[in-house]
Amino acid sequence: MNIIVCGVGGQGVLLFSDLIGNIALAAGLDVKKSEVHGMAQRGGSVTTHVRYAPKVYSPLVEEGSADLVVAFEKLEALRHVHFLAGNGWLVYDPHRIDPLPVLLGLVERPTDALLDERIMARAPRRLVVSAFEAAREIGDPRVQNVVMLGAVSRLLEFPRSVFRDIIRLQVKPGFVDLNLRAFDRGLAIGSSYDIGAGASYMGRVTPQCPGQTGF
Amino acid sequence: MNRKLLSGDEAIARGAWEAGCHVAAAYPGTPSTEILETLAGFSDVYCEWSTNEKVALEVALGASISGARALAAMKHVGLNVAADPLFSAAHIGARGGLVIVTADDPGLHSSQNEQDNRFYALAAKIPMFCPADSQEAKDFTRLAFEVSEEYDVPVLIRITTRVAHSSSIVTIGERAERPVKGYEKQVSKTVLLPVHARIRHVDLEHRLDRLRAYSERTSANRVEQGERRIGIICDGVAYHYCREVFPEVSYLKLGMVNPFPASLVRKFAAGVDQVIVVEEVDPFLELHVRSLGIEATGKDKLPRWGELNPRVVRLALGRPSTRRQEPREGSGEISTSAQAVNSRQPNDGNGLLGTVAGTRQLSPDKAIEPEPDLPSRPPALCPGCPHTGLFYALQKQRVIIGGDIGCYTLGALPPHNSMDTCIDMGASITFAHGCDKALGRNDPRRRVAVIGDSTFFHSGITGLLNVVYNKSDVVVVIADNRTTGMTGHQDHPGTGRTLSGEETVAVDIAALARACGIERVVAVDPYRVKETRRLIRELLKQPGPAVVISRRPCALLVRLREKPRKVNTEKCTGCKTCLGLGCPALTMVGEKTMVLEDLCAGCGMCADVCPQGAIE
Repeated sequence: MNIIVCGVGGQGVLLFSDLIGNIALAAGLDVKKSEVHGMAQRGGSVTTHVRYAPKVYSPLVEEGSADLVVAFEKLEALRHVHFLAGNGWLVYDPHRIDPLPVLLGLVERPTDALLDERIMARAPRRLVVSAFEAAREIGDPRVQNVVMLGAVSRLLEFPRSVFRDIIRLQVKPGFVDLNLRAFDRGLAIGSSYDIGAGASYMGRVTPQCPGQTGF
Repeated sequence: MNRKLLSGDEAIARGAWEAGCHVAAAYPGTPSTEILETLAGFSDVYCEWSTNEKVALEVALGASISGARALAAMKHVGLNVAADPLFSAAHIGARGGLVIVTADDPGLHSSQNEQDNRFYALAAKIPMFCPADSQEAKDFTRLAFEVSEEYDVPVLIRITTRVAHSSSIVTIGERAERPVKGYEKQVSKTVLLPVHARIRHVDLEHRLDRLRAYSERTSANRVEQGERRIGIICDGVAYHYCREVFPEVSYLKLGMVNPFPASLVRKFAAGVDQVIVVEEVDPFLELHVRSLGIEATGKDKLPRWGELNPRVVRLALGRPSTRRQEPREGSGEISTSAQAVNSRQPNDGNGLLGTVAGTRQLSPDKAIEPEPDLPSRPPALCPGCPHTGLFYALQKQRVIIGGDIGCYTLGALPPHNSMDTCIDMGASITFAHGCDKALGRNDPRRRVAVIGDSTFFHSGITGLLNVVYNKSDVVVVIADNRTTGMTGHQDHPGTGRTLSGEETVAVDIAALARACGIERVVAVDPYRVKETRRLIRELLKQPGPAVVISRRPCALLVRLREKPRKVNTEKCTGCKTCLGLGCPALTMVGEKTMVLEDLCAGCGMCADVCPQGAIE
């Protein structure tokens, strides 16, 4: 399973990737995860690569081979869509954060219609998840990432209980309930999509995978 | 659970702890920072942030001479700072195991250059291990301590960003407690007077001979026999990229690259039809391979700069991808990458052999090219960042500004354009000094240096002393945000806290500057933008060196609980003065400024600069 997670510094891309990685580890799979954080802590593009399978070599997902691209921001969705395999899924938040050169008026602002058109042309299989808005409704925009995780869990063959267990383990104690609510909210959004029979799960965990812990 | 998902940095820390390491020192630098941060979590290892890498290595060497196991960690350019003690340490040797980690940054994710530090191992005559993933990072760290003590030599570990900041599964173990051997006076070994050093050099060469033999037999270097048509020699993460693309060929994976295992390489090369060397940045292995008279493909096909990845390897060496599939309408499973590799068709004639024989090179697949013409998203100073006010104040002044390494390097970009150089740690002040000496009165622009508080402690103090002693008119601006901001808020001598959280003396930068001999020391609050601008202007009019301390805690360190600002659209004339701050929370909607309330920290710098008083 090849996953690209992308967004803007500060959106929680790294925690999202850690959660996925640890869920796959708990399932007895080989996992590799690679992140690039740039110069400043916030504002720049952030991308992580998460791969799990019975055996993983490269920590990088090759362009054109991602089963799943998760984007926390619309422009970043388009920036990373070329990683998708032809039958891969794009899950993205239509929330927009314009880069500084755009805010300063140095670079033209691409219209939403243009971005939507280009995303649709390149990603035939996609879920649009307004996670930022949902997180704000729940009470804290910072749980946008866990709302996305809930939506993405729809596409991954791990039991929901494992997602919740790993959230409990990895999130700071005071924020566990908030994050579990965010997860359920994302799950509800993801479940509202008709994604077609037989396509509800991706990257099936094959029974012969070594060290599998039974789920 | 004894299996954990660890980054390469975390794995090195774990390996050092398991090896019974007693002392560890570092200066933070991406991608090496997390090594010491992780190690500090183990109470049985003394850990410190040193003021710079040279100091860190000297601290570790001192511990080693005293019989303790010690580790020093730094990014690649940090080893340049520490090069002086590095070469001496090779001569002195290691009584307690001494391991030095260099975290190289191919691809320049967060660095000023792209050097290949494998050459340091060669030049300083120090053995070097190059792990490919987190498990090896842990295992090789343990091994490095053993080798260091057995051969009485410091050992280098070279990781790259993609190893340091990738996570993979590591089987963890327990700590092997080791007593500190204690200090024994050995003047002829540790006092590198010429009379001693001459002997130490000969001794070092003998140690290297023995290490050469070790390199031939160590399990860190291994052959994986596959098809004999092709034999790939590689190190570090390049191994995994190759395995991904060419699962069927033979491999010589080098985990120990210095001393170079010549016999092993000869034997491997003799058993394959063709040798390919795959490595990141410089042809370090390839030079060695060719020096043995072995024909090899390498940098004639592969890039000499930037990171490798499976696609680069694939395209350079000519292996088409079978991965991308046509969309299948609404159904079907997606195979795991391992299944995709297993199902890959055997060589179809477009593959490695054909290309290497010089027939043709594949062009990239158009369908997976990145989207063109998207606005780039360069890193930006955070909303509420105090550097924003400082750079606004420095904007459009007639000055030449030496910049330094930190978040504030972003001041070189629009809209601030407020830095002329960025060279290496501490070079802002020394550059400005040299510039002042070179230009003299022929250029009316004052020479200014902008340096962060942590960088100032790292290597700015020495530069400031030089300004005073050698009499230049440099104005040094210390952007004091009370932390090491760029690497994620590490403490330093100005914060009043040690790495382990103990309270300690907080150095007063103003008093220190005065003690260095600077008479004019001015403190400003960069949130009061206009006042800061006025004070700096006045200071620039007077001759002689000066220090400006621009003091406000990093916006991420002290979260403001202020309400987001609002624009009174009746008063806003759309003059865009506020946009000159470069704050990510400000934008234009039509002819008026708007504050993006999710991002706004409420610092009020925009209200301070607005000539209409339109921001409330």
